[in-house]
Amino acid sequence: MVEFALPKNSKITGGKTWPKPAGATETREFRVYRWNPDDGKNPSVDTYYVDVNDCGPMVLDGLIWIKNHIDPSLTFRRSCREGVCGSCAMNIDGQNTLACTRSMHDVKDGAVKINPLPHQPVVKDLVPDLTNFYAQYASVEPWLKTTSPTPQKEWRQSHEDREKLDGLYECILCACCSTSCPSYWWNSDRYLGPAALLQANRWVSDSRDEATGERLDNLEDPFRLYRCHTIMNCAKACPKGLNPAEAIAELKLKMVERQI
Amino acid sequence: MALSIVHRATGIALYVGTLLLAWWLIAAASGSAAAYSNVQAFTGSIIGRLIVFGYTWALMHHMLSGIRHFVWDLGFGFKANERETLTWAALIGGVVLTILIWIIAYAIGGVR
Repeated sequence: MVEFALPKNSKITGGKTWPKPAGATETREFRVYRWNPDDGKNPSVDTYYVDVNDCGPMVLDGLIWIKNHIDPSLTFRRSCREGVCGSCAMNIDGQNTLACTRSMHDVKDGAVKINPLPHQPVVKDLVPDLTNFYAQYASVEPWLKTTSPTPQKEWRQSHEDREKLDGLYECILCACCSTSCPSYWWNSDRYLGPAALLQANRWVSDSRDEATGERLDNLEDPFRLYRCHTIMNCAKACPKGLNPAEAIAELKLKMVERQI
Repeated sequence: MALSIVHRATGIALYVGTLLLAWWLIAAASGSAAAYSNVQAFTGSIIGRLIVFGYTWALMHHMLSGIRHFVWDLGFGFKANERETLTWAALIGGVVLTILIWIIAYAIGGVR
């Protein structure tokens, strides 16, 4: 349901300011959300100073620098550090994006403010629990479903049909879009959210897939699909420049088209 | 997101404004000059005019914003620049239409 305030145990209180690195000529302030499941305290925001001349340009470089040089307990996910894996999705300066592709110099006005993805349970610091998000992805059955006999070689597809998957197959499931959506914040138990729906459209749009009807049946539900109110936060958030809002609109159109 | 919230807020405001409209229509239909002049007195007052002005804007904005959603539901206008154009058009268009309507209303009806 709709929630406008944080629950009591999620209220941010205090936070530690770590000393500036000795000998650094140029520093950048980072304010990072911290929460430790083991100490029983509320979340806090710690302030760090990163030596810009000893550190790469991206926000992720800054976080790794903090972990290596100041505070090894700082916890976050990262892997490919080049916008391919989607692990380091977090809220940077109020926007959901990938820490590895967002330059700390693009963040204007003072400190780089970093929080975990909004409205997800926090495992620790910047690590959100995405169990529900992945379960929703699984619920759209993201694999090729066919009834006709498997061909000797591969399933063929024309160039035109392949082009229909452009703007859909590139999704890396970083969850930036879904966790930017107010509808998803408030109904994530029943609304699939933009990422899972974009994936649903990816399989519905696939010329080789033979379960289009079933897939649409599965989405014919007041919550699963129709909690999308075209708020457009998803399209603004996507760090890969995809458009989940458009993919959802296409799904809604296909729902109508099959009835006429 | 902000304009999505405004769309909903104007939608809620329209319920209240439509009550005002219903009051006016019922008073006109009742044939009672006193009832009708009561409504006229209220809508003619400064507060009444402010409310009716707000109602006009809510109606115009909600209409244009609704057309914007209609365009999206038809599968158009999703590119970033198109999205922003539609959003700003609804916002500015609503204000412009409201002011136009009031200029025309004053020009035709004169100042009571």
